[in-house]
Parts: sequence; structure tokens; C-alpha cells
Amino acid sequence: MRPFGYLVPPDPAAAIAAVTGRPGATFLAGGTNLVDLMKLGVATPDLLVDVTGLLPHRIEPVPGGGLRIGAGVRNSDLAADQRVPGSGCPARAGDHRNLAILGGSPHCVATHPSDMAVALAALDAVVHVEGPAGSRALPLGELYRLPGDRPDRETTLERGDLITAVELPAPGFAARSAYRKVRDRASYAFGVALVAAALDVDSGVVRDARIALGAVAPRPWRARTAERMLAGRPATAEWFGRAADAELADAAPLPDNAFKITLVRNIVVRMLCELARGELAGAAS
Amino acid sequence: MMACVTTADDTSSELSLRVNGTAHRLRLDHRTTLLDALREHLGLTGTKKGCDHGQCGACTVLVGGRRVNSCLLLAVMAQGTEITTIEGLARPDGGLHPLQAAFVERDALQCGYCTPGQICSAAAMLGEAAAGWPSAASASLTGPVTLDAAEIRERMSGNLCRCGAYVNILAAIQDVRREAP
Repeated sequence: MRPFGYLVPPDPAAAIAAVTGRPGATFLAGGTNLVDLMKLGVATPDLLVDVTGLLPHRIEPVPGGGLRIGAGVRNSDLAADQRVPGSGCPARAGDHRNLAILGGSPHCVATHPSDMAVALAALDAVVHVEGPAGSRALPLGELYRLPGDRPDRETTLERGDLITAVELPAPGFAARSAYRKVRDRASYAFGVALVAAALDVDSGVVRDARIALGAVAPRPWRARTAERMLAGRPATAEWFGRAADAELADAAPLPDNAFKITLVRNIVVRMLCELARGELAGAAS
Repeated sequence: MMACVTTADDTSSELSLRVNGTAHRLRLDHRTTLLDALREHLGLTGTKKGCDHGQCGACTVLVGGRRVNSCLLLAVMAQGTEITTIEGLARPDGGLHPLQAAFVERDALQCGYCTPGQICSAAAMLGEAAAGWPSAASASLTGPVTLDAAEIRERMSGNLCRCGAYVNILAAIQDVRREAP
């Protein structure tokens, strides 16, 4: 590992200035990912700016019924907070289960392994960022980027940009939601295919659907084609299948992961059927 | 969080680590993980290095009562915290911690290399369950946690045992859970 300096700045502005002013500097938060990348020689910072104590550690309600989660909240606390949708679900299991997936290869073909980001994508999360140019908020969908000609860059964040909070807006509809993770072993493993889904059904017709897919693309994949197709359609397996097929029509798998298309399609259809059955049963009782 | 008195160009720091109730003053290269600080600088070799990448759990210790993989935590980040290792779990009179006694009673090991991590992890896990933290195996996300075998397996899944002593590890943890008030 390359030798490095270590700084604990007094406030976020000082932290941002420290990282902005030095090309080899990087923020250090939980460290479970970064320290491992440094051991592997993938990340080679010459200065770590520890922001662990600077980030907000609270989960607060916001006007309109949403929640603002401080970037310093530990995943384990988040999972245990019953105000947060899906607390305890597998999307938040394991707060130190990170592995190097991105390298400097121009042929980077890694899929994004995060569970939490998939759930956040389905929940329309908004990411609050402070940086050298001031504060801004961006939808989660604009945070992650596809590799293109810069496979070393996973997000649209610029040097010195610091995520300070993630906001979950109040859901626009009273949906049932679920998260499903298919993996090679039963626990403590990255997903092979991940689906976060929410469904609002009225009298057998889909009013609104939210679907996000994980471990099938270099970023969490919000299935907007499928969502648009389902609005106003019958809540049936046939339509769920058609919507999933439409979403996956342009997927470009590699020889060894083509199975994921069938896998993720089947998960989506099964989850939506289960959600629809629950919704219909709930409405009838 | 303790202020750190280095400049950006120093690659080592004078730091203070509080381990098992005792404060230690050390100068450490920033690259030193908490695991290496414990083993190589403080002589606390109960904590084991397995994979050194946060995948096996052999290095599990408690930081502020929470279980962490000490191989992924830089020692410099652990300043100002209360660190507990397997050496500090036993009672001050030398009597075994109930989990240690249960592991002996149940023969919950073969080579023993993963055991300190298993025990530290289980100690924190029992607290998490008592505090009502749900897991992927929980039937309800809001109710109290019923710590059945499936729950314990899920919650202990970050601690691998290459000897495959899982059956007795589970039994030992269940014994302690049943005896807990």
C-alpha cells in the first residue's frame, strides 16, 4: 500500500477544500471499501480526509412525509430504523460487505453489486451533495453513470464533491413493495440478480409500478420502459412478462452472464404477481 | 472524533488506542490496520488475520460495542473509541465469558482459528437481536426478534469456519441465548 497522510478536518468545507486542492486526496468514511481497494492497489491516494465525524448522523422527517438520511448514518442503524421503508430487508444486510469491482480497465464489464442503491433507485431517492461549487441535489439516477470511455468513474461526482444526505421522498402512492435478492449462497454474498419493486393496483389494473434492477448493469437500473408499459394495464402475469421483456429487449449480455436476462425477467414477473395478489387480497378484505 | 495533529504530508501519527480498558500510546504508519496494530504492536494475538479483506470474519473485534472487521479499519480511525478484543471479553477475575464457556462445552471448533472472531461477533450479535435489529431472516421487521437457528445462521454469516464447526457454533450460541435473562 502506498504511504498516505491522514487529516481530520474541522468541518465539511475544510474537508472539501482539502480534497479539491490535492489530486491524490480522497474522502474516507466507513473505509470498508476504500481500505480494501488500497490493499489491492486499485486505489492509491496519498491523503485520506476522514469525514466520519463530520457527516450528519441523523434520520429526520422532511415536510411532505419523506425522510432525510444523514450520510454519516451507519447502515446497521438505517436497517434498524423502522421509519425507513424496508428496514431489515436484504437490501441493507451487511454493512461491511464490499469488494473491489471496478478497475482501470478500458474493457470494464463489472456489474454494479450494490443492494441499497437498487432500493434507493426504486424509492426515487435524492442525493444531497456539497462540493467546491456549493450545494446541489440530484436524483439517484443521475448519480451513477455508465462506463463509456471512463470505466474508472462510477458516479457523476466531481473532485471534492461530498454526499451529505440521501432523501427519500414520500411515496406518491400506497404501494406494496418488496426486494428480492438471488445469490449463489444464502447469505453474505453479492446478488446475482436483484429486484426492487413496488406496485399500486386498483380493481385489477396497475395504477403505478416502480421497478429497479441490480447486478445486471454497471449501475442500478430503473426499469422505466417496463413501468410506463404497465401503467393502466391489467395486473396479470402476461402483462408483467411483456413489460419485463420490453425492458430487457436492448440488454447486451456477455456469453457467461446471458442467463441473467431470463433470471431477472422471472424474478420481476414473480414479484409483481405476488405484489398484485397481496394488493388485491388486501382490497377485497 | 479526536483531532489528529499531523499535517497532510506526514505518513504516520502519534495516536492513542484504548483496548480492553487500557490506553496505549503508539506511533503508527497510517497504513496500519487496527488488526495489525493489535497483533503486531500491542501483542494481542487473539484476534486473527484470515483473509485480510473483510470476507472471513476472523479479525472481528468490538469497537464501541459494535462488531467490525478490524482488517478494514485503519488504526488511526479507531482513536477515541473503546476497543474490545477476545482477550478483553473474559471477566476481570479470569473467568470465561459465557460464550467462551459455551464454545468449550459444545466443542464448537476444530482448529480454533476462527473462534475469537466467532465469539466477538456472537457477543455483539446477541446485543443487536436484543435491541430489535431485524435481519434478512426475520419474519417481521417491526416485532421483537426471535433468535431461532435461522436467525443466528443469518446473523453469523460473516464469520466463516473452514473446519465446518457450524453445527456446534450454533449450539453454543443457542445455549448462551437461552441462559440470558
